[in-house]
This record gives sequence, C-alpha cells and structure tokens, in this order.
Amino acid sequence: MAERSIWSSGVTLAVIAAICASLVALTWQLTADRIEANEKEWLARSLQPALAGLFFDSPVTESMITIPAPHDLPGTEDAIIYRVYSGEDPVAALFVVSTRDGYAGPIRFLVGVAMDGTVTGVRVLQHRETPGMGDRIETHKSDWVLQFDGHSLRDPEPRYWAIKGDGGQFDQLTGASVTPRAIIRAIRMTLAYFDINRDAIFAAPAEVQE
Amino acid sequence: MAAGLLDRFRTGLWRENPGLVQLLGLCPLLAVTGSFVNGLGLGLATLAVMMASNALVSATRRWLQPEIRVPIYVLIIASLVTCIELIFKAWFPDLDRALGIFIPLIVTNCAIVARAEVFASRNTVASSIVDGLVMGSGFALLLMVIGAFRELIGQGSLFSRMDMLFGGEPVRGLVLVENGWLLLVLPPGAFFSLALAIAAKNAIDRRRKDARTPLPRRARTLNR
Repeated sequence: MAERSIWSSGVTLAVIAAICASLVALTWQLTADRIEANEKEWLARSLQPALAGLFFDSPVTESMITIPAPHDLPGTEDAIIYRVYSGEDPVAALFVVSTRDGYAGPIRFLVGVAMDGTVTGVRVLQHRETPGMGDRIETHKSDWVLQFDGHSLRDPEPRYWAIKGDGGQFDQLTGASVTPRAIIRAIRMTLAYFDINRDAIFAAPAEVQE
Repeated sequence: MAAGLLDRFRTGLWRENPGLVQLLGLCPLLAVTGSFVNGLGLGLATLAVMMASNALVSATRRWLQPEIRVPIYVLIIASLVTCIELIFKAWFPDLDRALGIFIPLIVTNCAIVARAEVFASRNTVASSIVDGLVMGSGFALLLMVIGAFRELIGQGSLFSRMDMLFGGEPVRGLVLVENGWLLLVLPPGAFFSLALAIAAKNAIDRRRKDARTPLPRRARTLNR
C-alpha cells in the first residue's frame, strides 16, 4: 500500500511538472521575439539622447567595440564604445562607462563625445542612488546631467571639472555631493581617454553582434 | 449570488485582507511600494498569479495526496510566475525594469501559497478563481494605497511614470510640491506606512463595533 502510494505520488508529480514545463515553454515561444525586439529597441532608445544635435546615419548599435578591463576609462568592468558615423566619416564615440564612486552601488551611464572632444550628452542608465536626492541625475527628475553638453577638457580646463563647492564650474545637487562628484570625475576620465585614443577607437574593427 | 459575491469582496478587501489582516506577503509589499505605479504593477501581477494558481490547484485537487501537495503548489506557482515575468518583459518592459527582482519573487509571496492551501485545494474551480480575485484585489489595493501614500508624502507627486504601464512618453504625474519628506520613500517609510494602514483599519473596525453596541448598555456605562 505504502509502496503504491509512493509510485502514484511520483507519477502525479511528474505529470504536473510536465504540464507546468509545457506552460512555461509555450509562453516563452509566444514572447521570445517580442522580448528580443524590446531589448534592441531599449538599447537604441537609450543611446539616442546622448548624441543630441549630431547628424549620423549609421545604426548606433552596429559599431560596438569592447575595451577589456583594466583600462583608463572609469569603472572596473569592460567598457563598451559605440562608434557613430555619417557615411564613412566618424562623427562621435558613445561610451558606456560605470563608476563605483557613487553613494550606493555602481552608476552606469552613457557619455557621447564628438570628434572635437566635446560632450554631446550624458545619460544615466542604471543607478541605486538615494531617491529624492542622488536620483536627480535622471533626466526625467532634473536637468542636472544636461549641463555638460558642449563642454570639453579645454572648456573648462580639467581642474575646473568639479562641482562648485569644490572650486569647479559645475552645479551640484542639493543635498547630494557624492553622486555629482562621481559622475563629473568619470566624464573627465572619459574625455581624457578619448583625447589620447581617438584614432585607435575608430581604427578598431567592429565586433559582430549576435 | 450577487450578494454573495459582494460579501466575498468585502472579505478579501477588508475583513481578511491578506496584507492588512493576515500580514502575508509583506516583503514585496514593503519593498516595491515607493510609488503608485510600482504598487499597481506588482499588485496586478500578484493578482493574476493568485487567480491562475488558485484555478490550477483547484483543478488538480483530486490528485493532491497530502504528502506531495506542497511541492505541487510550488511547481504551479513557480511556473505561473515565470510566465508572468515573460509577459511583463514582452509587453511592459519599463515596468519590468522598475520592479526588477520582485516579479520573480512573487513565488515567495506566502499569501499565494496560503490561498492554495486554505481555499483552492478544497473548493471548486469557479469558487477558487473568485477567491483569487478577491484576495488578490485586497493585496493589490493595499499595495496601491501604500504606494500612493508614500509617493505623495515622500516625493510630493502622484501617478508619476504611469507610462510604464500604459505606454507613451515618460510622465511626471501630478506634481504637488517639488520635494517631499524623503523618509517615506526610504525603507523605514514602508514600515511606517504599513503600520499606519493597519492602525487605521483597526480604528475604523473598532468605531463600527462601538456604533453597533446596543444603546442601553452604552448609556449605563456612561451613567456610572
């Protein structure tokens, strides 16, 4: 009797497990294409704003190169650079960098740099900064990240790439100074990297994306 | 029938509200209610999982030997949550990014297992679906109330980022004041808000009970 009950329990479990697995497989089949399209669209959509005011006709996501860590860019992970072209001519480089100097966890963000070394846009992708304070680095919460547009390491000079409280030129965020410092430092490092490695960045062959 | 349904809604939303009275599923409740839209999104996801899991548990209840019933609940709930997660990723990708790990963590919401064990394993499919609907609504409503409260006091706005559910351009919602009382958005604010909600419910219940107490006895108490 006990033995039979073990068998019937096992079979019941197996049948229900099979039904559940098919349910998940079916849902996956129905959603896989949409999910992939969403990911691509999200990437393209989040890259776009950091290239404001530039004319380019190449799909940004198809000219990616990876700079393996350790490198001179901010962050300890591999850095990603998207090259932006108008026809054959390079127009700008879009850096995906991260900094660990923020208040809580890494901040991942985009820095677009035009060929003359000026910032075309900064956009935060991911962060865990304090809501209501450090999170005003998001564009839908405040315009703080827009103040870097058009600036380069010649305007202002590197030592003025700091918040006003530290003798620099850029606005801080009320109640939060750690987050702005981290971001400004990371932008400055990115611009310096671009000045030194500009030609190498555009000479590297593009990676094939699957 | 309609009166019975109304009474069951009253049970799910008020008398036996999974969050307020049974105090189940508190982890997601405390963690995601920083804004109204997050509460609404996770509330709807939990509601959907609860209805579907109640339906499946009830449909398979005649094969549920006592020894294997818990693994079966886990199997059913985990599969349903995976499906919901895929659906969110496909149709509400922004909300999926905002809720992050809390969608997969619906699996660990004890309110769902509790309904499977207490109700769905002993009742008909139709009745179990209704149970999932009323209990899920009770939980979702609490998430929305606490989300709205924390957003209003903590950020001074209401219904911000509703585009994550309904599409379109990012919206800031109703902005009443530029900055709120930050504490409410931070984790301690979640505990305070839940405590206030439970206290308010108990206060209302007590007042109603007092009102129902026969007059003579109250009069006597007063005369003493």
